Amino acid sequence: MDLQSNGHAARAKIVARDTNVFYGEAQALKHVDLDVLEHSVTALIGPSGCGKSTFLRCLNRMNDTIEGCRVVGDIRLDGSDIYDASLDVVQLRARVGMVFQKPNPFPKSIYDNVSYGPKIHGMGRNRAEMDEIVEESLTRAGLWGEVKDRLTTPGTGLSGGQQQRLCIARAIAVSPEVILMDEPCSALDPIATAKIEELIDELRSNYTIVIVTHSMQQAARVSQKTAFFHLGSLVETGDTTMIFTNPSDERTQGYITGRFG
Amino acid sequence: MPQTQDHIVKSFDNSLEQLRQTLVRMGGLAESQLARAIQALSRRDAALAAEVVKGDAEIDRLEQEVSAQAISVLALRQPMAIDLREVVSSLKVSSDIERIGDYAANVAKRSIALSQLPAVKPAYAIPRLARLVQDILKDTLDAYVNRDAERAMEVWRRDEEVDEVYSGLFRELLTYMMEDPRNIGPCTHLLFIAKNVERIGDHATNIAETIHYQVKGTPLVGSRPKGDASSFEVMTPQSEE
Repeated sequence: MDLQSNGHAARAKIVARDTNVFYGEAQALKHVDLDVLEHSVTALIGPSGCGKSTFLRCLNRMNDTIEGCRVVGDIRLDGSDIYDASLDVVQLRARVGMVFQKPNPFPKSIYDNVSYGPKIHGMGRNRAEMDEIVEESLTRAGLWGEVKDRLTTPGTGLSGGQQQRLCIARAIAVSPEVILMDEPCSALDPIATAKIEELIDELRSNYTIVIVTHSMQQAARVSQKTAFFHLGSLVETGDTTMIFTNPSDERTQGYITGRFG
Repeated sequence: MPQTQDHIVKSFDNSLEQLRQTLVRMGGLAESQLARAIQALSRRDAALAAEVVKGDAEIDRLEQEVSAQAISVLALRQPMAIDLREVVSSLKVSSDIERIGDYAANVAKRSIALSQLPAVKPAYAIPRLARLVQDILKDTLDAYVNRDAERAMEVWRRDEEVDEVYSGLFRELLTYMMEDPRNIGPCTHLLFIAKNVERIGDHATNIAETIHYQVKGTPLVGSRPKGDASSFEVMTPQSEE
């Protein structure tokens, strides 16, 4: 498999088998089997309501917070079951971070936005260590140069694109292994989108990324693997190049070419 | 079938249809240019040949049109999967057809020169080669219109026949030249004409390969059967004796 340009072996970081999700009686996700490869970007695409976001939220148990939502199946992170009763969900979410559709910085300073996570996880025991974490996270998120002189100003005062990169910095600050992104660019302009995409490509060498996107072009640009969902089922998954030039399933073809009826 | 199903955005379908139409017009014109060039050759009709030479400009213009339309679809629609393959294929096919047009015009040019020289016998063998190539070209363009990968494959295999007829013609022309040096002039023209016609066959097989990729999404694997041995031909006047 030639999707690892950064020299890492293509190892499955997350393995999901026969994943089913129910909202009350309604089944939102049906028998999904998917491997997420380490140090790669996996894009989840499909029409609204196809289950892609539901699946994404299974990966760090965000669905636990939804009333009446039930997840049945086997999802393993590095081989261990993330739905194990003895597992600390807070620890899991530190390992599997998340970035949402709308930038949602805390109503605090830029510095506090980034240091909040490390603080509650007991990282950065003194000011110098915390400064270092904040600087490194903001640097990795490509924001340091733009905010280093205004770390004490509110995070909400940044532009939309900067706010989203601040949220990425906040996710990175707790040293996660996997970053889940739920349409991270849908509220951003093309320039801010390009910056986030460039950032995703850079982050890939250190993290495993799963991204839900409605932009087919974005999935084609940023991911190495693409999974197409439809009506709660995983229809097709494969190398992104293959999915966008020669998909094997007619439903995938219909969706990505804009013919879905 | 998603291939035949319309796009949600209707103007996308219109743009693709326009692109197809331009390409089909271009292919039809190339076919008729070849037919007329061969007719001019066998009838020693310099006036018709001159028309063919002039007619090539229209094929070139249509190639520009295909490029412009394809680029605009790429820029405005960002086609994916089968649509992407169709647009990229149209660019390749149009440049093959453009070359076919050039070769037809070349045949016509040389037939003008030939019409001023005394008639030589092998001029009659060329229409046979040309008929074969015309059939192949027609089938290729039909396969393109119908998105018929199987038919394209048949064409692809038939090019071997063209190569064989061409090799035979090559040997035949050599013997005429050895018989009488006065034949060398017209026979050289005929040799180039035969080569031009044979090259048209090659471009038709290129188009067949493109059709296969467009329809199936995978390139054609394996090498095409070849029947042209003329590159290895060694013939001296002595060896004929």
